Amino acid sequence: MAKLRQCAIYGKGGIGKSTTTQNLVAALAESGKKVMIVGCDPKADSTRLILHSKAQTTVMHLAAEAGSVEDLELEDVLSVGFGGVKCVESGGPEPGVGCAGRGVITAINFLEEEGAYDEDLDFVFYDVLGDVVCGGFAMPIRENKAQEIYIVCSGEMMAMYAANNISKGIVKYANSGGVRLAGLICNSRNTDREDELIMALASRLGTTMIHFVPRDNAVQHAEIRRMTMVEYDPKHKQADEYRQLANKIVNNTNFVIPTPIEMEELEDLLMEFGIMEAEDESIVGKTAADLAA
Amino acid sequence: MTTLSREETEALIAEVLEVYPEKAKKDRAKHLAANDVSVEQSKKCITSNRKSLPGVMTIRGCAYAGSKGVVWGPIKDMIHISHGPVGCGQYSRAGRRNYYVGTTGVDTFGTMNFTSDFQEKDIVFGGDKKLAKLIDEVEQLFPLHKGISVQSECPIGLIGDDIESVSKKGSASIGKPVVPVRCEGFRGVSQSLGHHIANDAIRDWVLDKRDGQPYESTPYDVAIIGDYNIGGDAWATRILLEEMGLRVVAQWSGDGTIAEMMNTPKVKLNLLHCYRSMNYISRHMEEKYGIPYLEYNFFGPTKIIESLRRIAAFFDDSIKEKTEAVIARYKPMMDEIIAKYKPRLEGKKVMLYVGGLRPRHVIGAYEDLGMEVIGTGYEFGHNDDYDRTIKEMGDATLLYDDVTGFELEEFVKKLKPDLVGSGIKEKYIFQKMGIPLRQMHSWDYSGPYHGYDGFAIFARDMDIALASPVWGNLVPPWKKVAAEEVKKAA
Repeated sequence: MAKLRQCAIYGKGGIGKSTTTQNLVAALAESGKKVMIVGCDPKADSTRLILHSKAQTTVMHLAAEAGSVEDLELEDVLSVGFGGVKCVESGGPEPGVGCAGRGVITAINFLEEEGAYDEDLDFVFYDVLGDVVCGGFAMPIRENKAQEIYIVCSGEMMAMYAANNISKGIVKYANSGGVRLAGLICNSRNTDREDELIMALASRLGTTMIHFVPRDNAVQHAEIRRMTMVEYDPKHKQADEYRQLANKIVNNTNFVIPTPIEMEELEDLLMEFGIMEAEDESIVGKTAADLAA
Repeated sequence: MTTLSREETEALIAEVLEVYPEKAKKDRAKHLAANDVSVEQSKKCITSNRKSLPGVMTIRGCAYAGSKGVVWGPIKDMIHISHGPVGCGQYSRAGRRNYYVGTTGVDTFGTMNFTSDFQEKDIVFGGDKKLAKLIDEVEQLFPLHKGISVQSECPIGLIGDDIESVSKKGSASIGKPVVPVRCEGFRGVSQSLGHHIANDAIRDWVLDKRDGQPYESTPYDVAIIGDYNIGGDAWATRILLEEMGLRVVAQWSGDGTIAEMMNTPKVKLNLLHCYRSMNYISRHMEEKYGIPYLEYNFFGPTKIIESLRRIAAFFDDSIKEKTEAVIARYKPMMDEIIAKYKPRLEGKKVMLYVGGLRPRHVIGAYEDLGMEVIGTGYEFGHNDDYDRTIKEMGDATLLYDDVTGFELEEFVKKLKPDLVGSGIKEKYIFQKMGIPLRQMHSWDYSGPYHGYDGFAIFARDMDIALASPVWGNLVPPWKKVAAEEVKKAA
């Protein structure tokens, strides 16, 4: 049995992390891999396409009902979906109350203590909330957890800013543990020269664009049926894209400590690809009245 | 040891600072000084109320300690909820000796611990619902309580619980005040900010609740502010004020009630003992209600007489006459105490290190016994405290702010005082060094020390500490023999 590989998926909010993760995991499962998904987002939408459910009952909600997390058993929180994929959602509070970061920490500690990471597993994927706002959301990349980080991004400016910032976070933990950047996954938004741009960004960060996932409405068709592409329409070309991504991840050996770039360098890159205009320093801080004068 | 000259004191400070790394030395140097009685503003010679250095073993507490432990805790007819995990409330439960009268668990709650006992799920999902439930349960189980305060522990500030809105709703549903206090322990540099936050919460949620209501006032209404009734201090104080002919409307907050607090804006004069922890509310009442406040000192006959006369000066001749009668009546008792203890204590040197008031207020009491305070400092004093201290201390005496474990030990080793007045954390270190120590936070489970009654106990306690036969038995017999043989051989 090969060693368990733990991977975390990060990226800007709304970029398609959960969709990409589940489609990728479905493709891995189809090829016979034993996979577990750990959703680390209070929204709890990291496993719905695998389980055909609205939202899985989460570790933290069950813990709150039972009294404390110590009162739970592993089978209470673990569901099995398409292709034998094991699913867990950490869960957390409604927006605006409590501490979601602590929820992630509690849930992951619980999974470890209960032996959720059994020897049969080939892969664990952590699907993490878009913005790493506090220490709790860095939990999956701390010591003895995810060793490989994949960043989902697109050719949009803010997605690339986020990718660079996440790389900075990885550097911090890479120096104290074994976590490495394993590649960028471009989830296409059909912007101009998107693949070239992400490849350029990847090379600046010291990694590669592991796969370019083209945009296809079929993904949305599958999603409204709460299914992944591989399950909904296995013959569709988009299902093959996810199979390719899965295959590349299985064979990936390019794990690096990223080299995040300075803001100016990132802006130069964006200007080079025409995504950002050069700033006109002479107008900074000028009011409309100033400019009219 | 004779009194040090300015040069000697400065040399001592320099010597003690020598072991620190450069950065720490620079910082600590600002907190240590030789007293200069000619200075008007202490900020010219000493820095205070700054963040403690990591690793130096500061003796300070936190904002929660300042609010729950000091200001709010003694209000006996309220229930003070330690909101957060169980430890803060449980390990501070009944820790201060604020005496009170009442039936604990029925109409008074001073020594009890009420906590929301946060669990992991309360951190993750927020504790507002639990707090609302707790308020209802308190009302059901303890119907004679007169109000609730919500004392925030650290996690409350981190997870952003809205305790203000829960308190408002809770107050409306039980028909009693529910006061949210944002005294999370990580705020500020010491317990001092907790005092300020607690004062502000009283101002915003309690003080004006009886404004405009009918009240039978007298021209002699006063409030005792900043007396926590340690070992009965506030009672000893109250006796004197009442003998002067004044009516004590409120005690803040030792043996105090929330009703007394609400009536305080009706008084003619606020009498402020612990300036550090309650100057904020006194200033507020002066600004809003035009009530003057007077700082007084009831430690030792000299300061008591001075204070009684200054208080009497605010009132008419009938009060002044009664005050003189009080002074005359207690004089024989004071003379007797001084005649008994002064010969035993005369010339003895004392070093103090206490919180925010006593480092200056007890100096006079020691002087009444013929003792001399050769060093003093505050855990959490501010510049205005040191302003007031400079004049009380002799020139070139040692001042130390937020003193570190190392510094205090070194200063005591070098200055060799006959007595140290500090707290429980210091007590056994110095006693094992062979130097008597009296706890000046808790009165070493004795007290009261305020007022004439208190001075009798204070004098006795200091004598007990110094005269204990234990100090003659510090060397064990087998070492004594060895020491004598060495002497003989020499």
